[in-house]
Amino acid sequence: MIWVPLLLSAAHLVSFSLWTIWISFTPSTLVPVSGWVGLRNYTAVTASRNWQIAFDNLLLFGSAFVLLSAVTGLILAILLDQRIRGENLLRSIFLYPLAVSFVVTGTVWSWLLNPGLGIQKLVHDLGWTSFKFDWLIDRDMAIWTIVIAAIWQSSGFAMALFLAGLRSVDADLIKAAQIDGAGPVRMYRRIILPTLWPITITVVVIQLQFAISAFDLVRALTNGGPGIATQLPALVVYDLMFQRSLLGRGAAAAVLMLLILLAVLLPYAAWRYLQRRRAAHA
Amino acid sequence: MRDRTFAPSRILIYLIVSLIAAAWLAPLAVVVLNSLRSNEEIAQASMIGWPQQWAWSNYVAAWSGFCVAETCAGIRPYMLNSALVTIPATIFSTMLGAIAGYAVSLWRFRGDSWIYGIVTLGLFLPQQMRLLPWTIVLRDIGLINTLAGLVLIHTIQGLSFTTLFCRNYYVAIPHELIRAARIDGAGFFRIFWRIILPLSPPILIVTVIWQFTHIWNEFLYGVTFTSGQQQPVTAALIALSAAVADIPQHGVQSAAVIIAALPTLLIYLLGGRYFVRGLTAGAVK
Repeated sequence: MIWVPLLLSAAHLVSFSLWTIWISFTPSTLVPVSGWVGLRNYTAVTASRNWQIAFDNLLLFGSAFVLLSAVTGLILAILLDQRIRGENLLRSIFLYPLAVSFVVTGTVWSWLLNPGLGIQKLVHDLGWTSFKFDWLIDRDMAIWTIVIAAIWQSSGFAMALFLAGLRSVDADLIKAAQIDGAGPVRMYRRIILPTLWPITITVVVIQLQFAISAFDLVRALTNGGPGIATQLPALVVYDLMFQRSLLGRGAAAAVLMLLILLAVLLPYAAWRYLQRRRAAHA
Repeated sequence: MRDRTFAPSRILIYLIVSLIAAAWLAPLAVVVLNSLRSNEEIAQASMIGWPQQWAWSNYVAAWSGFCVAETCAGIRPYMLNSALVTIPATIFSTMLGAIAGYAVSLWRFRGDSWIYGIVTLGLFLPQQMRLLPWTIVLRDIGLINTLAGLVLIHTIQGLSFTTLFCRNYYVAIPHELIRAARIDGAGFFRIFWRIILPLSPPILIVTVIWQFTHIWNEFLYGVTFTSGQQQPVTAALIALSAAVADIPQHGVQSAAVIIAALPTLLIYLLGGRYFVRGLTAGAVK
């Protein structure tokens, strides 16, 4: 009785994962069938234009989003760490997007970024008619609209973690540096920021994980368009499984997503393990 | 840096922080203002503007009037669906997570750390790896396209989070307390009710807020496993934007967006402290 919830959870994770991996090696289309086609589904997925664009987009979106949201979060945390008035209110403002669903976020940003409805239209109505901000419908720039919305949505998360890190810096260390006459810039560069490395890595890994499985935001903001310009792996999986009824290929694409994720998580896990060992020996 | 002086640099800091805060609030302000503007007004100007006339009727239409996929009942039925999924799934996953977390941290058994390790892997596993198996399971037990099916999914998948939260909280409870109670003859559930649960409110609030927010905002399972009148509100919002693509009704749509976001926004405003604690607890494993 006691172990039922745990066993249920562990069992579903193991069996579901193995089942999806198995399906990815079968010729299943509309319904799951047994059989063995080797890596055929995988080669079909990776050879498709849809997946190639999705993968390139993931690299671009993933790195831009992770870098920019970490930098934004760090800047916000440093600003909030200056003992300013209304810190609680400001922190709440930067964090509230996290409480809202990606569907809502994506919808709202699709309006703001729509050239005929949002910011571009507003600026035109104000008289600056040559102003252009049409990334949402520009094939080359559309992926950046997802970066913008994702940063707005989740740099508050990076801020929360960085702020916790800044607050845990040893006060004696800061006082000693102040006595030595270190200015604020030097203080941050030499003493405070170096202590934030572990948190930075955690932030990067978690944000990357979010980027890899991003679905709702893109679905609501661009739905992969214009054309397939903002396609991402999670959308390809959904498309293959439920719109084209190619279960084997959909499963292969899902497994590929898992592999991309593991490429991020395994080094992180190894790093965590080494850290813990070093802490144990210290 | 950490002193309170009013140098020009402090004015600059306040200026920058206020500007960023304004940018962060702008999307919310735009939707709130749009929800009070008539569709004609928005069509003539842009989505960004002050209401000329307060169109409160948008909320009435969004709540119970406009049509999504041939049914004209507003988003009321979908809000009800979301509530009927989110509330039970939050309660079940929290309760089971508390029991599982207690078992893992204070009632050790052989191989428990392995099982716990697998459960926490569920935090990272992409949802896409579980889509097909859930389709088969829900179909086989007759729960496809039902709210009960979504409750089942969120309860079981939520266990990864709730077990982790509760376990990390319960490991701090002294083992001696449990050992003494066991010597007195108390069993697993007796100890749980009499000792563990009374100590739990802080972590249970975090878990409930976190699960509620997550499940309410979830979209992929909602759109995959339900259709038409059974969909949660996130899926209905997407269906709505497709439906109004031909005849723009941005005022009504904005009101619908506000209504759909209201439950989690209210939870955030009321329990922000606990929300942040869940956020950082979920991050630093």
